[in-house]
Parts: sequence; C-alpha cells; structure tokens
Amino acid sequence: MSKLTLKTEGDTHVVVTRRFAAPPQAVYRAHTDASLVKQWLLGPEGWTMPVCINEPKPGGRIRYEWSNGKGGGFYLTGEFLELTPYSRIVHVERMHLPDPTPDNHIETTFEPDGAGTLMTMRMTLPNAETRAAMLSSGMEHGMEASYVRLENLI
Amino acid sequence: MQTLDSSFAALADPTRRAILARLALGETTVMELAKPFEMTQPAISRHLKVLEGAGLIVRRVEGTKRPCRLAPAGIKEIDQWLAMLRDAMAKNYDRLDVLLATMKPEDEPQP
Repeated sequence: MSKLTLKTEGDTHVVVTRRFAAPPQAVYRAHTDASLVKQWLLGPEGWTMPVCINEPKPGGRIRYEWSNGKGGGFYLTGEFLELTPYSRIVHVERMHLPDPTPDNHIETTFEPDGAGTLMTMRMTLPNAETRAAMLSSGMEHGMEASYVRLENLI
Repeated sequence: MQTLDSSFAALADPTRRAILARLALGETTVMELAKPFEMTQPAISRHLKVLEGAGLIVRRVEGTKRPCRLAPAGIKEIDQWLAMLRDAMAKNYDRLDVLLATMKPEDEPQP
C-alpha cells in the first residue's frame, strides 16, 4: 500500500498526502518544534541543519539553513500565517539557491486516521509555470519508490 | 566541463528554470513564453540566449519565428538537479517516521 499521494488541483495547486503511524499531536509537534524539525527535515544523506529557526505563531519566522559539511549549502525562509494546534498550519516559504524561488503558500492539516495521522499539504504556487517546475521533477514517482523500499523494511 | 558549469549558471536563475519547465511541456515561441512571466520579449530573449549557450535548449528558424525546445542535455541536467530535491523530500519523511516512533505519548502537551 502506498503511503504518499501527489496530485495537482486547478492551475497552481499541488496536494501531497502522507500517512504516519503517530497521532496528530506528535506529527504537528515534529513540524513546529525546532529541536524536532532539525532531526528530520535534512534533505540528502549527510546533510545537517546548523540553523533552525521556527517560531510557531502568526507572523513567526522560519529559517532553515542546510549544510553538506563540505562548504556547500542553501537556505529557506518563510513566515507562519495561521496555526491551530495539532490540526492546521498555514505558512509561506521560499528557497534561496541563492536566488529566491517564488513564494510557495502552504496549508498543512493533520487529521486523526485510526491510531495515526493523515497529513495533507496543499501548496499554492504563483503561476502554472512555477508549478510545472516542481512537477517536472517526477516527484511522486521518486518518492513512491522510496516509500516502497521503506514498506519492505517494516 | 564548461557545459556543466554554464548549465548550473543557467539553472541558478528562477526565471530560466521556469522557462525550462515550460519547455518540458513542448516547443514554444518567445511570444508564448513571455506571456505568463510578465516580462518583455527582449528580456525573455536574453534568458533564452543564456540557456542556448549552455546547451540546454535548441532553437530553429520558422519564417520570422524562432521556436525553442529542450535539448537532450537540458533534459538530463534538469533531471539531475530535480532528482536531488526529490530524493531529499523522500528521505525527510522516512526520517520523520523514525523520529515519530521514538516520541512518547506522555511527552506530548495536552491541548
């Protein structure tokens, strides 16, 4: 059974869903507690997050800086817009590569799903071209392959 | 490795990445490309020149138009660049699964 889905909605939205074995309280905390975020939001193997600023309140800052330990790195900035503890987060973010990518407006919801959680991330990109840039990655295909490997391990 | 260097320079600009993403959908004219970017045609043409110089796109002559499309090298570069982001996202959620398994319910604050 696949855990992750990725689909488009209208011209500018991308909707990602993922199920977790833990309850919404834990999944929400893992997204809003800097000491937890820096343990998993790390990207490729071998990368770390030396700077993790996460202020979970309306207007609060987000700044994640990643390093490969060999002088390479990039960062993401954003702002929280709305937070409903354990069920909903609304924020904007952009990557700096080093030029900033267009703002990605993201609503993330955490719903009870049996003993676990259904997470739904609804991204809104400024235009169809920006979204195409994300989707041309074949993101769903790649992520699914990875999760199939994970399922086999469990 | 001049092509690889110029490829990365060409890909460092968000407008050029968006142009490549648009071209991934098929051959396009400058006029059609300029429309969604709120940029002038000369501005788009300058970006196309950089992409062409990096070997990421090819252009042909059709009357007064010069439609452009992705070059095989461009497709490969995009795939490699995006595969990195794709793998990063997959690994993040794998790690989150592991982290969640170590979090105890009693650690969680009550709503």
